[in-house]
Amino acid sequence: MTGGLQVRLDVAYAGFRLAVDLQLPGSGITALFGPSGSGKTTCLRAIAGLERAPGGYVSVNGEVWQDEATGVFQPTHRRALAYVFQEASLFAHLSVRRNLEYGFRRVSGGAGPASFAGAVELLGIGPLLDRQPDRLSGGERQRVAIARALLTNPRLMLFDEPLAAIDAARKDEILPYLERLHGELQIPSIYVSHNADEVARLADHLVILDQGTVAASGPLQATLARIDLPAALLDRAGVVIEASVTDLHAADHLARLAFRGGTLLVPSTGRPVGRRVRCRIEARDVSLTLNRQDDTSILNLVPATITAVTDTTHPAQCLVQLDAGGTLLLAQVTRRSWETLQLAPGKAVWAQVKAVALVG
Amino acid sequence: MLSANDLTAIWLTLKLATVVTGVLLLIGTPIAWWLARTRSWWKRPVAAIVALPLVLPPTVIGFYLLVAMGPYGPLGQLTEALGLGLLPFTFAGLVVASVIYSMPFVIQPLHNAFEAIGERPLEVAATLRAGPVDRFFSVAMPLARPGFITGAILGFAHTIGEFGVVLMIGGSIPGQTRVVSVQIYDHVQAFEYARAHWLAGALLVFSFLVLLALYAFNPSRRATWS
Repeated sequence: MTGGLQVRLDVAYAGFRLAVDLQLPGSGITALFGPSGSGKTTCLRAIAGLERAPGGYVSVNGEVWQDEATGVFQPTHRRALAYVFQEASLFAHLSVRRNLEYGFRRVSGGAGPASFAGAVELLGIGPLLDRQPDRLSGGERQRVAIARALLTNPRLMLFDEPLAAIDAARKDEILPYLERLHGELQIPSIYVSHNADEVARLADHLVILDQGTVAASGPLQATLARIDLPAALLDRAGVVIEASVTDLHAADHLARLAFRGGTLLVPSTGRPVGRRVRCRIEARDVSLTLNRQDDTSILNLVPATITAVTDTTHPAQCLVQLDAGGTLLLAQVTRRSWETLQLAPGKAVWAQVKAVALVG
Repeated sequence: MLSANDLTAIWLTLKLATVVTGVLLLIGTPIAWWLARTRSWWKRPVAAIVALPLVLPPTVIGFYLLVAMGPYGPLGQLTEALGLGLLPFTFAGLVVASVIYSMPFVIQPLHNAFEAIGERPLEVAATLRAGPVDRFFSVAMPLARPGFITGAILGFAHTIGEFGVVLMIGGSIPGQTRVVSVQIYDHVQAFEYARAHWLAGALLVFSFLVLLALYAFNPSRRATWS
């Protein structure tokens, strides 16, 4: 099997060891998620060859970039990758246009789908071309950096927390562009983040790193619903579900979303009927009842069956995994409620969903 | 007014400073780049050697160079073996001595400028397919431009102001080694104060203008990386 991305690294730095063995899909966005200090950025830098990982192995869709067993180590400039750094990394001595041309002109042969006009249009940076980088906002700089990276016709795109250094308002200015990238291009990407909302919004595949090792790796939805992860990662647990808008209730400004296993009512945000959406439901926004409650202000009641339970970092709480007609949900309830309601795996319950975040 | 001899000395001085600045930019750039990038233990002794001319009296440097370039010194034997003859009391000898004497004034600004760039722009360039040599010329050199300007101006000006090393190595041969500072010294020795005034005044004005240009080019240490 040579397809997809294969990454094997085992490197030790002062007081820190990164040991990962990853098989990632050859398309779509893989999020590398984990707390700071978990080795996400080191892993990304090693894939790019910016950090030498002795004994490492990196191949991308059949192209071997590093295989120290056979003495192969392509330096960064020979790897067909694009790297978007956390902070804006534009060359201060070049205009936006010349920044974009820097990598574009160096791609041998110029073969590939990237077109200058196409990248400029995709990232919406046409009006900025003749400016100097120090005359751009943080969000504009990052869009230019992404376009510049795209223009090298990469076989792999690496994003190192590209939104971390940007304030919240500007993030919303860039995220739609990242989504367009995801929708319109077939380039596999690895996206490092410690922001659960960004991951929920962008990723198809999820790798969770914890203290330099892989805690989980798999499709986004299935992996987020797992409860066998290190407890610290479960404290802000939540699932992401794919749904589509089925009807709009103009009178009370609500939209109905259908997902496999039920429906949800959410405040309408202008998305038309038929639109696919992603929603994130955090475990702490889900409570459980044995009978359907009709005298509650909570609109979303979903019948489900308990499949598993686990501890969290606080002894008062437990995390419950539910199967709602084929879609997994997570609920955080107190141990006392668990005992009082005599909950157990296999028991049928109603999940009361207090909040649903539309993330994309 | 300035005599024909004075003009010869001025011309010689400008020629010496130009050649020395050129040579120092050529050999100083790789040394400064290496100093800014290496993690080798050798960085410290090399940096110390480069800085030595800052603290040593010019006569000490001149004395050692005179010995080294003399018929029994290693440099002298090398130049004789190469058929170049002996360097002391020649223009070439002055160039060699001045290169050493003015070295820190060119290398240190370059070293600082290269260090100020940091790793990131070079890493970015690598991810954009630029190889090591390409990265140096397309990213490091342009971003270190203030360092090149400062180094060139300081190296040029410092060579013009040199006296002790020249006296030890070059003596006072008109058109060969008699630079402005030596010419002024000779005027004073001969009690020709009026002529010394003209030359000294010219040097004073020139030095002021050079430093003015330096501060005009680099008004402040602006961030070169955004």
